[in-house]
Amino acid sequence: MPAVSKGDGMRGLAVFISDIRNCKSKEAEIKRINKELANIRSKFKGDKALDGYSKKKYVCKLLFIFLLGHDIDFGHMEAVNLLSSNKYTEKQIGYLFISVLVNSNSELIRLINNAIKNDLSSRNPTFMCLALHCIANVGSREMAEAFAGEIPRILVAGDTMDSVKQSAALCLLRLYKTSPDLVLMGEWTSRVVHLLNDQHMGVVTAAISLITCLSQKNPDEFKTCVSLAVSRLSRIVSSASTDLQDYTYYFVPAPWLSCKLLRLLQCYPPPEDGAVKGRLVECLETILNKAQEPPKSKKVQHSNAKNAILFEAISLIIHYDSEPNLLVRACNQLGQFLQHRETNLRYLALESMCTLASSEFSHEAVKTHIETVINALKTERDVSVRQRAADLLYAMCDRSNAKQIVAEMLSYLETADYSIREEMVLKVAILAEKYAVDYSWYVDTILNLIRIAGDYVSEEVWYRVIQIVINRDDVQGYAAKTVFEALQAPACHENMVKVGGYILGEFGNLIAGDPRSSPLVQFNLLHSKFHLCSVPTRALLLSAYIKFINLFPETKSTIQEVLRSDSQIRNSDVELQQRAVEYLKLSSIASTDVLATVLEEMPPFPERESSILAKLKKKKGPGAVSVNELEEGKREGGELNGGGERGDNSAIAASNASTPSPSADLLGLRTGPPVTAAAPSAGSLLVDVFSEAGVNDDGFLSSAPPSVVSEDPATPLPESNELLNKFVCKNNGVLFENQLLQIGIKSEYRQNLGRMYLFYGNKTSVQFITFTTTVTCPGELQSQLNVQSKPVEPLIEGGAQVQQVINIECLTDFSDAPLLNIKFRYGGALQNLTLKLPVTINKFFQPTEMASHDFFQRWKQLSLPQQEAQKIFKANHAMDTEVLKAKLLGLGMALLENVDPNPENFVCAGVIQTKAQQVGSLLRLEPNAQAQMYRLTVRSSKDTVSKRLCELLAEQF
Amino acid sequence: MIGGLFIYNHKGEVLISRVYRDDIGWALISSTGGRSRRNAVDAFRVNVIHARQQVRSPVTNIARTSFFHVKRSNIWLAAVTKQNVNAAMVFEFLYKMCDVMTAYFGKISEENIKNNFVLIYELLDEILDFGYPQNSETGALKTFITQQGIKSQTKEEQSQITSQVTGQIGWRREGIKYRRNELFLDVLESVNLLMSPQGQVLSAHVSGRVVMKSYLSGMPECKFGMNDKIVIDKQGKGGTTDDSGKSGKQSIAIDDCTFHQCVRLSKFDSERSISFIPPDGEYELMRYRTTKDIILPFRVIPLVREVGRTKLEVKVVIKSNFKPSLLAQKIEVRIPTPLNTSGVQVICMKGKAKYKASENAIVWKIKRMAGMKESQISAEIELLPTNDKKKWARPPISMNFEVPFAPSGLKVRYLKVFEPKLNYSDHDVIKWVRYIGRSGIYETRC
Repeated sequence: MPAVSKGDGMRGLAVFISDIRNCKSKEAEIKRINKELANIRSKFKGDKALDGYSKKKYVCKLLFIFLLGHDIDFGHMEAVNLLSSNKYTEKQIGYLFISVLVNSNSELIRLINNAIKNDLSSRNPTFMCLALHCIANVGSREMAEAFAGEIPRILVAGDTMDSVKQSAALCLLRLYKTSPDLVLMGEWTSRVVHLLNDQHMGVVTAAISLITCLSQKNPDEFKTCVSLAVSRLSRIVSSASTDLQDYTYYFVPAPWLSCKLLRLLQCYPPPEDGAVKGRLVECLETILNKAQEPPKSKKVQHSNAKNAILFEAISLIIHYDSEPNLLVRACNQLGQFLQHRETNLRYLALESMCTLASSEFSHEAVKTHIETVINALKTERDVSVRQRAADLLYAMCDRSNAKQIVAEMLSYLETADYSIREEMVLKVAILAEKYAVDYSWYVDTILNLIRIAGDYVSEEVWYRVIQIVINRDDVQGYAAKTVFEALQAPACHENMVKVGGYILGEFGNLIAGDPRSSPLVQFNLLHSKFHLCSVPTRALLLSAYIKFINLFPETKSTIQEVLRSDSQIRNSDVELQQRAVEYLKLSSIASTDVLATVLEEMPPFPERESSILAKLKKKKGPGAVSVNELEEGKREGGELNGGGERGDNSAIAASNASTPSPSADLLGLRTGPPVTAAAPSAGSLLVDVFSEAGVNDDGFLSSAPPSVVSEDPATPLPESNELLNKFVCKNNGVLFENQLLQIGIKSEYRQNLGRMYLFYGNKTSVQFITFTTTVTCPGELQSQLNVQSKPVEPLIEGGAQVQQVINIECLTDFSDAPLLNIKFRYGGALQNLTLKLPVTINKFFQPTEMASHDFFQRWKQLSLPQQEAQKIFKANHAMDTEVLKAKLLGLGMALLENVDPNPENFVCAGVIQTKAQQVGSLLRLEPNAQAQMYRLTVRSSKDTVSKRLCELLAEQF
Repeated sequence: MIGGLFIYNHKGEVLISRVYRDDIGWALISSTGGRSRRNAVDAFRVNVIHARQQVRSPVTNIARTSFFHVKRSNIWLAAVTKQNVNAAMVFEFLYKMCDVMTAYFGKISEENIKNNFVLIYELLDEILDFGYPQNSETGALKTFITQQGIKSQTKEEQSQITSQVTGQIGWRREGIKYRRNELFLDVLESVNLLMSPQGQVLSAHVSGRVVMKSYLSGMPECKFGMNDKIVIDKQGKGGTTDDSGKSGKQSIAIDDCTFHQCVRLSKFDSERSISFIPPDGEYELMRYRTTKDIILPFRVIPLVREVGRTKLEVKVVIKSNFKPSLLAQKIEVRIPTPLNTSGVQVICMKGKAKYKASENAIVWKIKRMAGMKESQISAEIELLPTNDKKKWARPPISMNFEVPFAPSGLKVRYLKVFEPKLNYSDHDVIKWVRYIGRSGIYETRC
């Protein structure tokens, strides 16, 4: 840059700036600025033309005012004029103003682009650089459109100065980042890659940034750069520290360039060419060797530059993950850094080691540093380094050292920072589970965990202990004993009480033999914690008590006493009160046999991915947890919940799978808050216990999974087709049910019109807000069916039901079903589910009575092959004549008696009423009782109708 | 209740910091992760004093903490609380606090606050207790918070102060004696107006104050009467009927009013008479607001003509609208100019006019002007063409003045003084009454 001559000092600007700096208050500053603006306006207005110097000065002032945060709406023209000046300083200020204050004002943009073009085509390198900087700084789409073609030419032209080449490369990079579609490299690719061979190191450094970015998008096109990069790297690495002159930084040759080269190589797999690969390995070895050499300077810059290259090389080695020798060397090098004085180095070493630990070649090598890492965890002053150490310990853990690592992590937990405690807890829990050889050790570890860091133990952790204890017979007795001992501590965490309550309730009998832990002692121990616990825990304890009654009949009177006390039976909390009342009644009315069945031990849980792992993944998500992952977590929870439910046949509420059973609740594995969700279920509990018959007359109800929360509104539930079939032969019933919501349906049809009443029942005690439903007809259904739905109340109180009326008009025949999408918020979480509305073509049947003779005449008339649809299928249900009759009647056609010569066969006739036309249909169903098969024949005047009817009916019998 | 009180200078540096409750600051810990109280202080500086956009609301909520501020010249007073307090109470307190400080050391400026910080802390201890406002009567405070060194007070004097401060009439001490019993009464009003270009009143109201300065001996009982419509009507009903028409014209309708604590509110409620035992020295007896039958002292007639894109012609006529015998003073008309003004020529008949670039306005000053007169100014404004298509928003023309009457029409009918114990009567008291009407926000759109 040319030196600023003395005359260019712009005293006026300096005075103005110092005036502003001296302003005592904001108001004074605004006054001064207004005054200056008025002055500049009058100057710009002036009839006599301003000279370049004063124009530059005023534009500078405007720029300064703009940067102070005030609006500038004039002076653009003067700035653009400056661009065409021949003086460097004036041009520079002009470009500065343009790049700061440019807006897409069409007329000015054209002028600016013109000026830039002039400068680009000038032979003056400084002007070209200014223009390129301006393009890069603005970096807008318009700029890219105007110059994306020109810049690559400048970049690869033989006669371009080196400094201009550098600017051009970086400018192109910027344009490529903002609008990659406009920067077409095509023909330039190979010449850009060959810039790596440029004499000038600066050009290579700039070009490599561009190439790295480009090759990330299309790696194949830039493949040739690998060998060039390797040779360049090897030349740098092998050069003496004085060879590169300007590019040697504190005795390290071209550190930035080396790092960038290594990073570029990380975009590609290891080179296949043996020679290239050999050369690269040699380079990497040299880098590792150099790290061992004594430092040439004591300056921190020297070591920083050297280490930067080293770490970049190590990450390349990790990226390749194919050279055991190098991996081990890298690991050893990092091991040295673990004890380095410099905190940043220790941090980086730990971080790189974490990735090394996952490589099979270096896992063992990493493990040798365990003592150092543990030491770092204990003594490191910086929390972020400690966090890395914990990560590394987690990564290097395997069966051989799990016990040691878990023990260390547990002991660290007591003093750990609050911010990482929860993560640590999860990690300990996972390691303990993953590498547990003996489950008593596992139980000990987790109980210790709860004792040490109870507040940070999330629900998932203790759910998991219980799942494991229940699934493992061998550990149950030990668990009961340990829990019992742990509970004896005067102050124990609520999570401990939860685990204790659950395990003693299930397996208390295993330790009851010891007089020190006799049933009554166990009960008293649990009950001594009762009053200190929160409501959900208390509820769990009440369930444990009722289980005690089953396990130890001798405690019955004591427990009944407790349940009967006012603090239980008249508790202000509805859940606790209900449990107390119901359990009391259950214990006094039911016989021991019934009790034993109802309160049987929990069955094993199905094995699946640990919920804790899911939780850790969630925590580890990049930055904030993405919605997707959350959703995943939710589904995970749903599945778990399903697992809990599956076990309920032996649990307290044995009868009804459609209502969430208290056993699932006992586990508390539900995604929603357990208390509120359990309330309605408990409502039906009493009925359920004593009457076997549930409400599930519809088979699909029990199969309706709890995880109905699907994100994509367009795809209906997987069951919806099945569900649709349920309603082919009937008009009323329960369309859908899960833990939150029940949808009832009532419909009536006349001719081509139908009316459907949907009843949305809120099964929880919490209100649903922003409840909206939309009915859509996908695809061509839109032209076939006219569906109008009245809006529904946006708010459903807990336990309430709202009704929605849907009017349907059949325009012509159709085969799909309209979709019903329901969205609402329950306790803050958005629920979204899509169902198929059970509107099928047969709903618009008008029955037609006809005699045998008429029937066969019509049957013959419809003899075209496409008019007939036939299906032979196996019976899904018992072949009961009466049931079949009822179903066919429900279909909407007239069932014709005495028509078919074979009395076993069924014959029906009907007309489908649509707005456009009427479609007469005839049906014949021939059951074969021996083979348990049916043959179904449908003939109608329209082929699509026959086909659809046949499809629908085939599922029914 | 108020959790803490901070005084900042214009740079946002804390001059005075007094925390009454620990709850403030805690909310801000989690967001910024530093130390507690410091955060409340910083939050206000960052979000209000140094905010990117100028903060207009006097109440700011940051992290569930409310900051109430008032500004006096370059000084910010901020009351901080976590609770849902009565905002009007907090502001009343802040104003009172300003009054008290002014009474003690004059103008509120950074230097004065720095010089008197011990005194301010002493005052804060006295007038706020655990966030609850206490006695903030200057007269009473001055008896026990003094600026001079501690004068050795006798036990008797001390107990007297205690009984007075805690007693029924906390604002006046006993045994005051003056050779000349004098009473000054000022009716200070500020008239606010927004008028359309066609001369239609869009909104107008007067907010007034009755300020008294009393130098009376003993424990006098005063009674103050004015032409309040309700009182006059009541009397009219009691008296002759033909009188009511006349009095209706002279009486005024007060929309709302507040009184100094010395006024007996029960008496005002039942009889609408204002009776009180006055504090010694200067105090504000009442504040009121009227919206009906306001006498607008000046009328501004603007005329703006845009000649092309680069020129603007402005003509403004002002007319005074009161008795010719009265003289208005300190008249100033402020005509805003567009933001792209590049030159202004002004011609005026009377007074002086000047284009002030720093304020983007033409300021026209007239020293004195009698009633029922008229004066005009015309200006030519040259504009610089801009590439912004934004139109000039045409802010209203504003005006300042001072007139020697009450624009609301308020008249003092009587002010009686009774002192049964000492032997001076109402006639012996020298009374001075003065009316001053000032402009508040007095604007005419153009």
